[in-house]
Amino acid sequence: MSPDLLIALIMLTNFTLVATSRINKAIQVAVVQGVLLGLMPIAMGLGHHAHILFMVAAAIAVKGWLIPFLLRRALRHVQIHREIDPYIGYTVSLLLCAAGTGLSLVLAHNLPLKAGTTPTYLVPAALATLFTGFLVLVSRRKALTQVVGYLVLENGIYLFGLLLVEDMPVLVETGILLDLFVGVFVMGIVINHIRTAFDSTDTRHLAELKD
Amino acid sequence: MSLYLLAVALAAVSGLPGLVLRRRGGEVAAGLMGLAAVLGIAAAVRVLAGGAAGRLMLPAAPLGSPGLLVLDPIAAWFLMPVLLLSACGAVFGLGYWGERPGARLLRLVFGGLTASLALLVAAAHPLVFLLGWEGMAIAAFLLVMAEDRKAETRRAGWIYLVATHTGTLCLFAAFGVLAAQGAGAFAVLPRGFAASGSGTAVFVLCLLAFGFKAGVMPLHLWLPPAHAAAPSHVSALMSGVLIKMGILGLVRLLSWIPDPPLWWGAVLLCLGALSGILGVAFALGQHDLKRLLAYHSIENIGIILLGLGLGTLGKSLGHPVLQVLGYAGALLHVLNHSLFKGLLFLSAGSVAHATGTRNLDSLGGLGHRMPWTSGAFLAGAWAICGLPPLNGFVSEWFLYLGSFRALALSRWPWSVGVLAALVLIGALALACFAKAFGAVFLGLARTPAAEGVHESPRSMLVPMGVLVLACALIGLAPALVAPALDRVVGALGPPAAAGLPALSGLAGLSLLSLLALAFLGLALVLGLWLRPRRQAAALPTWDCGYAAPSARMQYTASSFADGPVSGLRWVLLPRIHRGKVRGLFPGPAHFERHVPDPVLDRAADPALRLSVRGLSLLRFAQGGQLPVYLLYVLLTLLTLLVWMVV
Repeated sequence: MSPDLLIALIMLTNFTLVATSRINKAIQVAVVQGVLLGLMPIAMGLGHHAHILFMVAAAIAVKGWLIPFLLRRALRHVQIHREIDPYIGYTVSLLLCAAGTGLSLVLAHNLPLKAGTTPTYLVPAALATLFTGFLVLVSRRKALTQVVGYLVLENGIYLFGLLLVEDMPVLVETGILLDLFVGVFVMGIVINHIRTAFDSTDTRHLAELKD
Repeated sequence: MSLYLLAVALAAVSGLPGLVLRRRGGEVAAGLMGLAAVLGIAAAVRVLAGGAAGRLMLPAAPLGSPGLLVLDPIAAWFLMPVLLLSACGAVFGLGYWGERPGARLLRLVFGGLTASLALLVAAAHPLVFLLGWEGMAIAAFLLVMAEDRKAETRRAGWIYLVATHTGTLCLFAAFGVLAAQGAGAFAVLPRGFAASGSGTAVFVLCLLAFGFKAGVMPLHLWLPPAHAAAPSHVSALMSGVLIKMGILGLVRLLSWIPDPPLWWGAVLLCLGALSGILGVAFALGQHDLKRLLAYHSIENIGIILLGLGLGTLGKSLGHPVLQVLGYAGALLHVLNHSLFKGLLFLSAGSVAHATGTRNLDSLGGLGHRMPWTSGAFLAGAWAICGLPPLNGFVSEWFLYLGSFRALALSRWPWSVGVLAALVLIGALALACFAKAFGAVFLGLARTPAAEGVHESPRSMLVPMGVLVLACALIGLAPALVAPALDRVVGALGPPAAAGLPALSGLAGLSLLSLLALAFLGLALVLGLWLRPRRQAAALPTWDCGYAAPSARMQYTASSFADGPVSGLRWVLLPRIHRGKVRGLFPGPAHFERHVPDPVLDRAADPALRLSVRGLSLLRFAQGGQLPVYLLYVLLTLLTLLVWMVV
């Protein structure tokens, strides 16, 4: 499997995520993206290092099983299925996502990176995923969708980290740990605490906390 | 090295068993801390006695340049007070803080602070240094906030946090400048770097960063409120060790510079004289025992800077004698000050524990009921005033010798200034401690709170006793520490010059010991000879025949210090509130005098109030909407990316 194909699929998941209104589907898309990301190091031909294989397994386990499992549990817990009335509508989000992807292609083209063996579209895909995550974080109201946005943002950082995977595997592995950390903490704190404090997971209520 | 690492680990986990144990968590923590102190001090003594420096290195790849922790003589020298005072503080905390709510967290963070300090002293890489520095700052913030129900404590904590992070920002910038020059920090810099523009930038940034931490005079604003608000064993650790980390930073910087320009030494001397004189002058005007001690910390930092300045001048001018005496005085004063200031803060804590107040004018007459505490306070006061035969005298003796040598060498005006500053500081410190000791321990109790007190429990007295013994040991046998000091000073000197003169040859240390012992013997003989033969009756002081004397007819702390405070009112600018006394038989009148802090109360506070008024216009940006905040992050990121690429 060529890395470029994987990257194209990842970019497609970005667009799907931005256009979807069902929270369950958003989680599914995040799972698909997580698994695709997990396979990236193998597609880049790094499969012969034992610790990279371990990292692949860990990434797939965390992004493809553990975090979605926790998210689905939270979803059952709070009984919400759709993101109604987001700050930015789905069509506009899609356009913004396209603009972000275009911008990341331009940016990545001009970034002063070390010329090397990295696939051509790795950096634009990383930036695009990062922007998409941010877009979801900024434009959605429900805490659960925001967590998905955060995960996608994190995926973008992980993709960028793959540039360094041969030199600094420890750094990239720590990134996966950070995912886990976020999965548990953001979920526990944001979702449950907003719900117990305001009887809803709508993050609008957080505005009442301002100084 | 393994001993040192074990000590750090023990200190770091010392508070953990207390989280799960139902009882005796404090004792376990104190025991672990004591063990850490024994192991760590053994490691430090081995290095100072000439053993090889311990090293723990990482390869260059993840950190940019190699290095992690190095237990060299400078690190070992600073490690000793860190661990000794932490252990004393942990034991003292058993009786002082007990099992109040929050005691478990306090012990945990206390261990964390000790571990960060111990890591910081041995840091051999900017990243490790910054980690230790931030760990120390945050742990200390949590400890200052131990009694966060009091508004005064919260204010002190926030001021501390702002000050320490301003300093950290300067530190980041300083390391950044060093890295941009390709000059890796924690290695000797090439000759000529110090005189260049970036050398100047590094020096100024380091002065700011380390000056905030050390409490050098115009940057000391966080120090008095934080020391007064923190629990006493924490104040002891902060004043004794934490502010010394600023000095450690300056010492490290000076050890990397083979040829400091002349003006570096002059700047250090000026700052030292300013902190020293103003610190003790403001201490004279205080009513709160712990605030008074905090201002004395500023004064002692000034004395240490005077030493560093002298040593640096010696280094730039190529006078090894001056360099050795100045640096040795400064470094020994670092150790000495942590011993006697730790002792003073612990005894102040013992007083506050027994009476529930730190106000000098509510205390009095404690000497009879708390003989051990008063003895310990007296010993600490004796040492801090630089009187023989205790340790404060030895370090100031080096500085006096150094400035006399400087006078003989080149007749600068500088050395006269240093001498004048030292003399003035010494005299004012003596006046200030006469006031503090007299108001707290002598005379009659001024309030009921000071009347029915009992001596503190043994767990609080033993740490004070240990510190008194350490002060006496250095005071009576300075020759014991001289070889260690020679090694530390050697680490500060230019690397090639192995020929620095030894301290014992310069300062007449054995003669000093002999004189001190003779002085002590004479005092003992006089004391025995003058001892009253019979039990003296307790009678009121002769009051010129007035029929109804009361405890209110004593000198108060303010009236005792009135001479110097009024004399210095053009610097201290005291605020006086008083009622008028009219006629032959006047009614009741009152008198109050406060000495507000020149920087915090007169400059920083009004300036911040003013800026709050202007900055409130920007509050619309804080809408309370999480997505909007995230949008700010996104826009910043985009702007930076576009700016970087285009």
